[in-house]
Amino acid sequence: MAKRIDVSGLHVFYGDFKAVEDVSMTIEPRSVTAFIGSSGCGKSTFLRTLNRMHEVTPGARVQGKVMLDDQDVYGPDVDPVAVRREIGMVFQRPNPFPTMSIYDNVIAGAKLNNQRMPKAKADDLVERSLRGANLWEEVKDRLTRPGAGLSGGQQQRLCIARAIAVEPAVLLMDEPCSALDPISTLAIEDLIAKLKENYTIVIVTHNMQQAARVSDVTAFFNLAGTGKPGRLIEMGETNKIFTKPEKKETENYITGRFG
Amino acid sequence: MTTTDPSTTAREPQGKRRLGDLLFAGSAKGSGILILLILAGVAAFLIGQSFDSLSANTANFFTTKEWDANTRDAPAFGVAALAFGTVLAAATALVIATPIAVGIALFIVYYAPRRLASILGYVVDLLAAIPSVVYGLWGIGWLVKQLGPFYTSLEQYLGWIPMFAGPVSTTGRTMLSASIVLAVMILPIITAMSRDVFQQVPQAHREASLALGATRWEMIRMAVIPFGRPGIIGGAMLGLGRALGETMAVAMILSPQLVISWMVLQSGNQTIAAHIALQYPEATGYGVSALISAGLVLFAITLVVNMGARFIVARRKEFA
Repeated sequence: MAKRIDVSGLHVFYGDFKAVEDVSMTIEPRSVTAFIGSSGCGKSTFLRTLNRMHEVTPGARVQGKVMLDDQDVYGPDVDPVAVRREIGMVFQRPNPFPTMSIYDNVIAGAKLNNQRMPKAKADDLVERSLRGANLWEEVKDRLTRPGAGLSGGQQQRLCIARAIAVEPAVLLMDEPCSALDPISTLAIEDLIAKLKENYTIVIVTHNMQQAARVSDVTAFFNLAGTGKPGRLIEMGETNKIFTKPEKKETENYITGRFG
Repeated sequence: MTTTDPSTTAREPQGKRRLGDLLFAGSAKGSGILILLILAGVAAFLIGQSFDSLSANTANFFTTKEWDANTRDAPAFGVAALAFGTVLAAATALVIATPIAVGIALFIVYYAPRRLASILGYVVDLLAAIPSVVYGLWGIGWLVKQLGPFYTSLEQYLGWIPMFAGPVSTTGRTMLSASIVLAVMILPIITAMSRDVFQQVPQAHREASLALGATRWEMIRMAVIPFGRPGIIGGAMLGLGRALGETMAVAMILSPQLVISWMVLQSGNQTIAAHIALQYPEATGYGVSALISAGLVLFAITLVVNMGARFIVARRKEFA
């Protein structure tokens, strides 16, 4: 079930380059937290450190602490694979497995833990996950068709279904709507509102209206300057960030007077 | 549209005709046509030249094992044993080489440190550059001797499988030896094709599986191998094509016998290509024409294999 994330004093490096500096924050369970900020300010990088996906990039490393409830994500004998089963991720571009059917896409992750899932249980999981991703009605008659044949928005919901089929505690979303049209975007936003009843959700977005619409808490990231690391400038209730931000930098960004 | 008014129908845009474009388009088209002409020419040659002996043949060409063609008087020859030997040698080589090649390719792309990976890739490419006569020398001069004890134990423990039944050839010049050398020869091409396609697996697919909590091996099974399957099949078919046609190495290693035998540890069998190479210098009577008819069969087998591979690759296209 949904868990709290507690980050303290986190630095992220690519080789010698420091990409993100000294971030501390608490992300509450059953809420939506949005990360906003200009391109390259480290918000996606920071997001990926929450489930250790940054380790896929050669040379990337972190300093600091990330706690998932009372489990240390970077503990010495914690397996990143186990962390990712607990903290799922949805990417910027929909990425269903091209060689798999819709059905197989949904249970791909769940099958990793449970190779010999009985058919009835798998059917049930597929239906539950697709319903959870608001996609069931649209695809129930063509579950054996390739996942790549769906529209972009449907593919992204398929990816969300695939992520929640693993039953994670947290869902990280890295600009999940940036490749989608407005109607598909709306469908995903509705879905996020529904998902937050069961999951902790963190979403990176470039779209400030989207942050205002879907999130409970907003965190604003910014660069100290060109070539300098990104930092967390301000974090608070979305309402407050968008109406009465405490920092001048935040106000400049959300009102469009950037710099 | 029911009527067309010539004044309003859009005319195809007439670009300026540039000499360079014309030359390039012409030469590209010419090369394409040339390929077809060469292929048709080879087929026509094979059919034309083999007709002579096939019409004089007193035996059934497709079911006869014996090769009695070096005469002007009632030749009796057939391609059955040769075709069987060809396919058996190539298929065995493929079965040995493909898993190893895929393993090497996966190691190069996903496991080896970058420096080691590039050295290894280079070495594999070098294997492809070794002439087949050198492989033949290596096979006959060294490999068959090393394989002797291995064959004995294979027969001892797996002899109950008909393929591995004894008695084991004492010279080691068996079908399995030839297949192993062929496997080494086709390893580079399958490795290179697999490596290329594994490198092209989109980061998005790999990350998708990792984010679901896949280990590296699970990522390979979920995202890399399905994506790479057409490349693996393509590489395997190229390798099979080479193995089917390989002449020197097989001619040197195999001690030929015109039989149809699954017993890869006993001496026997022969391939079409090696048979042609060994028989051609001494061919008299209908001999040459008969060998060309064997070549026609090899041509046909290769064609069928390639078309089969294309069919397999295309069948899953919807999911690619």
